[in-house]
Amino acid sequence: MSNPKAAIYWASSCGGCEIAMLELGMNLVDISKKVDIVFWPAALDFKYSDVEAMPNKSIDVSFFNGAIQTSENEHMAKLLREKSKILIAFGACAYGGGIPALANTTSREQIFTRVYKETPTTDNPDGIIPQTKSQVKEGELTIPEFYNTVRTLNQTVDVDYYVPGCPPVGEQVLAVMNTVVSGKLPPKGSVIGASDKSLCDECKRVKGERKIKKIMRTYQVLPDTEKCLLDQGVICMGPATRGGCGAQCLDANMPCRGCYGPVPGVLDQGAKMLSALASNFDSENEEEIQKIAEGVVDPIGTFYRYGLARSLLRRAKA
Amino acid sequence: MIDLKSDFEPKIVGFLCRWCAYTGADLAGTSRIKYPPNVTPIRVMCSGRVDPVLVMKALASGADGVLIAGCHPGDCHYTNGNVKTIRRFRVLQKMLDQFGIERDRVRLEWVSASEGEKYARVVESMTENLRTLGPLNWNGKKEVSS
Amino acid sequence: MAEKIGVYVCHCGTNIAQTVDCKSVVDYASGLPNVTVAREYQYMCSDPGQELIKKDIKELGLTRVVVASCSPLMHEPTFRRAVEEAGLNQFLFQMANIREQCSWITENKEMATERAKSIVGAAVKRVEFQEPLDVKKVPVNPNVLIVGGGITGIEAALQIADSGKKVYLVEKEPTIGGYMAQFDKTFPTLDCAACILTPKMVSVGQHPNIELLSYSDVTGFSGYVGNFTARIRRRAKYVEEEKCSGCGLCTEKCPVSVPSEFDCGLGKRKAIYRPFPQAVPNVPVIDRDRCLYFTKGVCKVCQKFCPRGAINFEQKETYADLQVGAAILATGFDLFDASKVKQYGYGRLPNVITSLEFERFSHASGPTGGKILLKNGQMPSNIAILHCIGSRDTNFNEYCSRVCCMYSMKIAHLAHEKTGARVYEFYIDLRAFGKGYEEFYKRILEEETIFIRGKAAEVTDVAQTSAERGKLIVVAEDTLLGIVRRIPVDMVVLSVGLEPRKDTTEIARIFSISRSQDGFFLERHPKLAPVSTASDGIFIAGACQGPKDIPDSVAQGAAAAANALSLIDRKEVTLEPTVAFIDEKSCSGCKICIGLCPYNAISFDESKEVSVVNDALCKGCGTCVAACPSGAIGQRNFTDDQLLAEVEAICA
Repeated sequence: MSNPKAAIYWASSCGGCEIAMLELGMNLVDISKKVDIVFWPAALDFKYSDVEAMPNKSIDVSFFNGAIQTSENEHMAKLLREKSKILIAFGACAYGGGIPALANTTSREQIFTRVYKETPTTDNPDGIIPQTKSQVKEGELTIPEFYNTVRTLNQTVDVDYYVPGCPPVGEQVLAVMNTVVSGKLPPKGSVIGASDKSLCDECKRVKGERKIKKIMRTYQVLPDTEKCLLDQGVICMGPATRGGCGAQCLDANMPCRGCYGPVPGVLDQGAKMLSALASNFDSENEEEIQKIAEGVVDPIGTFYRYGLARSLLRRAKA
Repeated sequence: MIDLKSDFEPKIVGFLCRWCAYTGADLAGTSRIKYPPNVTPIRVMCSGRVDPVLVMKALASGADGVLIAGCHPGDCHYTNGNVKTIRRFRVLQKMLDQFGIERDRVRLEWVSASEGEKYARVVESMTENLRTLGPLNWNGKKEVSS
Repeated sequence: MAEKIGVYVCHCGTNIAQTVDCKSVVDYASGLPNVTVAREYQYMCSDPGQELIKKDIKELGLTRVVVASCSPLMHEPTFRRAVEEAGLNQFLFQMANIREQCSWITENKEMATERAKSIVGAAVKRVEFQEPLDVKKVPVNPNVLIVGGGITGIEAALQIADSGKKVYLVEKEPTIGGYMAQFDKTFPTLDCAACILTPKMVSVGQHPNIELLSYSDVTGFSGYVGNFTARIRRRAKYVEEEKCSGCGLCTEKCPVSVPSEFDCGLGKRKAIYRPFPQAVPNVPVIDRDRCLYFTKGVCKVCQKFCPRGAINFEQKETYADLQVGAAILATGFDLFDASKVKQYGYGRLPNVITSLEFERFSHASGPTGGKILLKNGQMPSNIAILHCIGSRDTNFNEYCSRVCCMYSMKIAHLAHEKTGARVYEFYIDLRAFGKGYEEFYKRILEEETIFIRGKAAEVTDVAQTSAERGKLIVVAEDTLLGIVRRIPVDMVVLSVGLEPRKDTTEIARIFSISRSQDGFFLERHPKLAPVSTASDGIFIAGACQGPKDIPDSVAQGAAAAANALSLIDRKEVTLEPTVAFIDEKSCSGCKICIGLCPYNAISFDESKEVSVVNDALCKGCGTCVAACPSGAIGQRNFTDDQLLAEVEAICA
């Protein structure tokens, strides 16, 4: 019997999820003996046409990381969905939009203007901006369309499983691989490679009184390594974030940023964290409360850093 | 603001606390005070029950505005549930600013059990403001592709 | 298995049907998913209305019921009972308020009908997510706390104590009796106030079931119906109650004399004093701020002379925690401060006095031994009584204080009797509504009291004619004659109105009850529940609920007693089960909820590392539910699913 076939694809992503795969290290060699990788642009020289030629549902499992930001991302998502029995949204971008989804706070026009015209080191005297179609001396050149709104994978195609994390941590990637190889998969739609409780469950810090008098930015304070960061005024998304990553950021004395997405059953991760945080502001006086609230300098960036595309409102008004 | 829909009736979801705001709103009705019927009330025991998730769900689902009404600070039936509401509301306001949702669309008001008249005026002013701002239509605005 | 929902749209006579197209709402409801039957009826709360529901539950096997009618605050208990009687759990029922917040607020029939549909749709969607809940029964503590020892509190205390139950009567003054103790006579019978009051005060003092905590106040109140804990601050009297025999020697010997509050500052008392001779308890207190020992470290004459050694300068303030099942607030009123109305010259012109000051003059034990005297010691020959001071006035209190017309007429009578003076009454309307009141008015008319219809504009001492020289001139428009009159008199009595006590805000907060627009405590229903509050187990009675005379105060005191006894005799009460609950499997032990509970109902289980809700302490506000970042806390009957269902239905 032949090995199961696997594909690994990156859409609008940073490449970190590919590195996460590589973090499997020597385990990758073992896995490559049990699985045939038929498509992995980051590492191997397969082409889109190779995938298009495959029969439908011939790929047993595809790991899709990255958000859907261009027509190319969308095309590949649809293609891999067609060709795969199981499609896994791998990493925070595919699961919730990730960092690319922060583009939903602005517009394509503003992004292009900034990137191609305004940045100090850009030398673009004619103000040229990429066009989907343009004429060059060889003929008409088309490049993928850049969407105004970033979407998650499951907002584009039907998804079977989700592996959260930016990137998913090494041990979890291995666990996922082994689960997939074993064939004993949980019900469709499950989140795998993560815990079912929030990060607080595995974080070793001591949880104290939760009275927030002032919000501290990470550059403003060197936190005590034993105490919960929230108690020290630093916004840690841990309470509203699914665990399973081992709280590695906390070990580095940095707050959780929420990359593993919401705890099961929560409709909107950002709104829940907002509620949890603000409820514990230590004042009954309206003016003081306002002052403490001013300390949340960038609410969307803080509460929806990795999940804006998945949130209830999804994007700022265009 | 060009709005050709002159018959636009704002749809407002109201979260009213049972002890003060809901009773006050009932009083407005008992006193036969007339005001625009644009709020559909959802009764909660305390304004402290109002999770920002509920507010955002309403906005994302088609509401033009959300009204949260509770007891005056100091008079909360559960001592200080309304204080938690204020705390969440202040941060929520900041976040909704970033989303581009106008401040008039989500309001926090204090209405005591005997302030029927106040409730009516609050709903009236909110309805008028929303009429000027126009429908939020958040669903319609969510673009899938450019 | 899909639910079977029954929807019932009430016409409420024409209250709803006049504005909302009920048939259209029924049709709409019939078309909603899982709605088995939708009906309309004239009066759903009536017996036949309720029968409709019960029949459908039994015959159609309904699993959920929605009634679209009045406010749930009105009839939720009614329909819950009906549903239970038909064998369906009462929490599988939801009300849609299409009256108070729909049909009554608009004349636009189209919009009202649309709104009604939206409200019904929300209720139908919500009820699907509702689950059966069991009400908890808790035993009731049979003790009752009564706050305020005026005539109202006294009446309530005696009623309850006579039934065999224990009463804690807390009074902040050194004695019970309230305002009534300061009155000379009461209208319309002209009973001597002290004569009818003091026997009751004595009964209270001697009653085996009444524990009187005088010179004390309530500083905290917690718990839930049937199981309250009241924290009482017992101020130091510096006199030991058990040792004091009430002989009064200390008061006699005390060298310090200061204005007496009981006499409205017109008479004197000592630094160690009883407010009045018939005080209950008949134990003096030392006024620290005036006592020479406390201020200068000298004297102690009272202690030297006390034959029982009852004076104790070292006595400390103490606190007591009382366990009670119900509380009655009978804290009374304050009088309007007449100096706020500058044009009447109170505090500036001599011989302008308030009604209460007149009572003290008239009282046999008052500062003048019962004589009505001017500042110069002579009797007045002309007296003006000005009605509605601080009442029915957009500048001060808009309401009518109810008792002033009657007491003004009483004052007129006393003035006639004691001085033979000519009495003028300046009134807006005459309110003589009670039993014997109109007849009393007639009597006062027969005594040749002159009634001038016109609120006094001003009291001045600037004479315009020789007849006016040295007099107080009351300037008023006589509206019946249509002319402005200037009436020179010797004495002006201001009929000041009744106001909520200054500590009403504080008391309302301690007991978690609301106040009406005018500042008095808010009753549960102005017609049908005048002595209950929205909080189960806490009752209000007397003038603290609104201005009223002695008969009505006594009636309310007895009513509140009946309410309290009804609660206590039930032996157990049911608690609304709409409490918070934590799903252990979802709780990550983040502890974000713990500090948010005002009742300390959430604790942390160190062994399981999860938070736990004590549902006996939880009052079901839902604050922790909204704050939990894992969504691990739910609130029964107010779950996220239920509320989201309402939101979705409304926004659809």
